[in-house]
Amino acid sequence: MFWFFATILVFAALRVITARNPVHAALFLVLAFCTSAGIWIQLEAEFLGIALILVYVGAVMVLFLFVVMMLDINLTRLREGFWSYLPVGAVVAVLLILEMMVYLIQPYFGLVEAPRPDAAVAGYSNTKELGRLIYTDYVYPFELAAVILLVAIVAAIALTLRHRKHGKYIDPAAQINVRREDRVRIVSMPSVKKETPKDGDPS
Amino acid sequence: MLDSLLAYPQELLGPWWPSVSSVVWTLVKILIIVVPLMLCVAYLTLWERKLIGFMQIRIGPNRTTFFGISWLAGFAQPIADGLKLLVKEIIVPTGSNKFLFVLAPIMAIMPALAAWAVVPFSPELVLSNIDASLLYLLAMTSLGVYGVIIAGWASNSKYAFLGALRSAAQIVSYEIAMGFALVGVLMAAQSLNLGEIVKAQQGSAGLFSWFWIPLFPLFMTYVISGVAETNRAPFDVAEGESEIVAGFHVEYSGMTFAVFFLAEYANMILISMLTAILFLGGWLSPFPASWGVLGASSFGWLILKAFIVVSTFIWFRATFPRYRYDQIMRLGWKVFIPVTLVWIVILGAWMQTSLWIWWK
Repeated sequence: MFWFFATILVFAALRVITARNPVHAALFLVLAFCTSAGIWIQLEAEFLGIALILVYVGAVMVLFLFVVMMLDINLTRLREGFWSYLPVGAVVAVLLILEMMVYLIQPYFGLVEAPRPDAAVAGYSNTKELGRLIYTDYVYPFELAAVILLVAIVAAIALTLRHRKHGKYIDPAAQINVRREDRVRIVSMPSVKKETPKDGDPS
Repeated sequence: MLDSLLAYPQELLGPWWPSVSSVVWTLVKILIIVVPLMLCVAYLTLWERKLIGFMQIRIGPNRTTFFGISWLAGFAQPIADGLKLLVKEIIVPTGSNKFLFVLAPIMAIMPALAAWAVVPFSPELVLSNIDASLLYLLAMTSLGVYGVIIAGWASNSKYAFLGALRSAAQIVSYEIAMGFALVGVLMAAQSLNLGEIVKAQQGSAGLFSWFWIPLFPLFMTYVISGVAETNRAPFDVAEGESEIVAGFHVEYSGMTFAVFFLAEYANMILISMLTAILFLGGWLSPFPASWGVLGASSFGWLILKAFIVVSTFIWFRATFPRYRYDQIMRLGWKVFIPVTLVWIVILGAWMQTSLWIWWK
């Protein structure tokens, strides 16, 4: 099963950078997220796996696609710099692979000697354990991260928020508070009898 | 009988028998859920047309019938509709992205059906009793938007694209309110497992021990966000006929259109089923246990509750005019999210005091 997911993951990740169409690239990224969530669930990290789908696939990538679809992207201009950027990209990729190899293969970090974790006992809830850890042992780092994210959100909104001078925005409260008497005047008047039309008169 | 039938494949497959039989058995279980679901979807369309007919003092579909039996008039309508859609030509527009065009309806119906894997029908009857089922549901309902987006983009049509953009923004916004409503439920039930959530609502007070009382604002938010998530009226701007013809599925015909339709109605049934499970006590009976059959908790109660919620959805459609788009966004972001956030804080404080009586 691992090889199944891993093959799809590597294929999708490669297509993200080689796909001609940006929308296709974004969709391949979605596929890559889904398969890596599958790998996580296989590692019995079901909370993280589902959270990955929920956050990245369900929200972030939707907005990504949203933007990519609306942009008028000039494909030839986009591909112009491919060869000039290739060496830099290759160096970064090789460095990343080396770092991962150092971490995984070298005995310095003790990863190889680390014992394989026991299989989860029945009734063990991944989510509950994670929640307990976050809100007890790691509560300060967690809250700190939350505040930093909040600041980022407020900053992003504050930077882009503009009030248009002559916008047509209507305050909903004002709309609801409108009373009939402000808009319509009911006039009482006696009914008027219509004169009978003459022959040949279309009205 | 069954043993003798199974003996032959057992011999044939030898050591692979356990894995093969588990796969086949799971497939059979999936079919047992999906086939009645599809029938429910078919007859939900009929019920919708009939109910809206009654509300507008019309009769609704009354022509098609089985074998000419007069009192069944109208009951063959879903079958007739299905057959018509099945034999219609599927037109793939020129300039569309063919692969994605066909993929979109599949992406729409896949999460709508996959979510049913964790829905419990009774204390024992559930396809996959996983611990994180509430999270799984949230993830699956959030995937439904891909069908709409891909359909809108792959059609290479402006109306479809506008519909897809509207729908994407709407679903992403209402998902947050929906997620917060579920946070309230999991706080009150102390579990992410849907079966456990229903069990936590069991109490001596009958229907007053269900979560709709302590979580009333979240209950309302969940129902209304559910209507918005499924793109139903009055939040159906994604397919607003008067503005963008039919929205994201304007270019679809025949079976591809039918699959979108199936996905929408399957989602409707799913949301109402979840409302029944999360807030209305699932299979628990509203009457005291001394009432015999009426007091016993059973599958029938769950179906009845889901049916009432789904009928309310149809009632909404017959009653309310369509929202304006900026009003939809305002309702989602400026009303529902603050309401749910405040209620989660209140709930957290409430649960620490002795006034909280919804414990088992």
